[in-house]
Amino acid sequence: MESALNNNGLDYIEHQLIASIQNGLPIADRPYAEISDQLGISEAEVINRISSLIERGLFKRFGVVVRHHELGYRENAMVVWDIADDQVQAVGNQIKSYPFITLCYRRPRQLPEWRYNLFCMIHGKSRNEVTLLLEEMISENDWCDVPYEVLFSKRRFKQCAANYISQPGIKT
Amino acid sequence: MTKALDKNIEYGEFNDQPYTSLEKVLMNDFQHDFPLSSQPFHEIADRYRVDVSQVLNIYERLIAEGAISRIGPVIKPNTIGASLLAALLVPEEKLNEIAEMVNSYPEVNHNYEREHKFNLWFVITAADEKRLEIILSEIKEKTGCQLLRLPLEEAFHIDLGFNLKWNQH
Repeated sequence: MESALNNNGLDYIEHQLIASIQNGLPIADRPYAEISDQLGISEAEVINRISSLIERGLFKRFGVVVRHHELGYRENAMVVWDIADDQVQAVGNQIKSYPFITLCYRRPRQLPEWRYNLFCMIHGKSRNEVTLLLEEMISENDWCDVPYEVLFSKRRFKQCAANYISQPGIKT
Repeated sequence: MTKALDKNIEYGEFNDQPYTSLEKVLMNDFQHDFPLSSQPFHEIADRYRVDVSQVLNIYERLIAEGAISRIGPVIKPNTIGASLLAALLVPEEKLNEIAEMVNSYPEVNHNYEREHKFNLWFVITAADEKRLEIILSEIKEKTGCQLLRLPLEEAFHIDLGFNLKWNQH
């Protein structure tokens, strides 16, 4: 399970640390001390290592992760675009500048079934709201001729933190 | 507190959520920069001049209710292990059964039905490429459905938190 260790700049303790916090800190008086007890390192080391992972950009953020749906943002639309390869970067950067966009990724086309190479996510409280935000973005950028599709979510079968590392010995 | 929070979202106002102002602050203000100190919940409690037990109780409850998924890291994609977005074209009558089978893999962390010909969308995060391939081929074999493999090639923007534009009342 430690095969990825060498190519991502993580050492063994960081690997263990991620395994123990990937599903969340304990809600306790001294959560980092509880983690440190599991790992056999000091509380200060846990804190320092988390800081370091944030500084190195391996953690994009560290904090409260909310669930949009439960908070009233019931509509989640994946919008997929077919963008010329040499323009995808510019369009991706433009899309991400909109505050209602929570993700924007380039992914490979799978021709002939799948022509789209740019994916973004919009969360909103109603379908109508999501559609309006999207239409506004399209008209502001003059993207009327760009092929796209909107894939609203119908049912959520599962949503949880990724288990990046499985560590049977450690309770997560 | 952060740039992300300054970006005001033109969402309609919330008025159907029964959260107190303290609950709203605890959800909104610590998506970034959760305190990295020995007693982070004390630090938060002191900041808002409330008792730490209140803060702990609120976080416990919001996690139990599902409003908060966790307090922890959002890890840069492809830092650890191997992950992939996949989509299946599933006949309507088999959707529940197949969704359940996909869910049974602990490596599947998101799984949604979406309105499209490709109607089941899920993310797999496995320990390594080898395990990822095994899961994908098992799913393909078990379902016989057409499968799209859509690995991340470039991230322009990843989940940097979410400004919950609360009703001010």
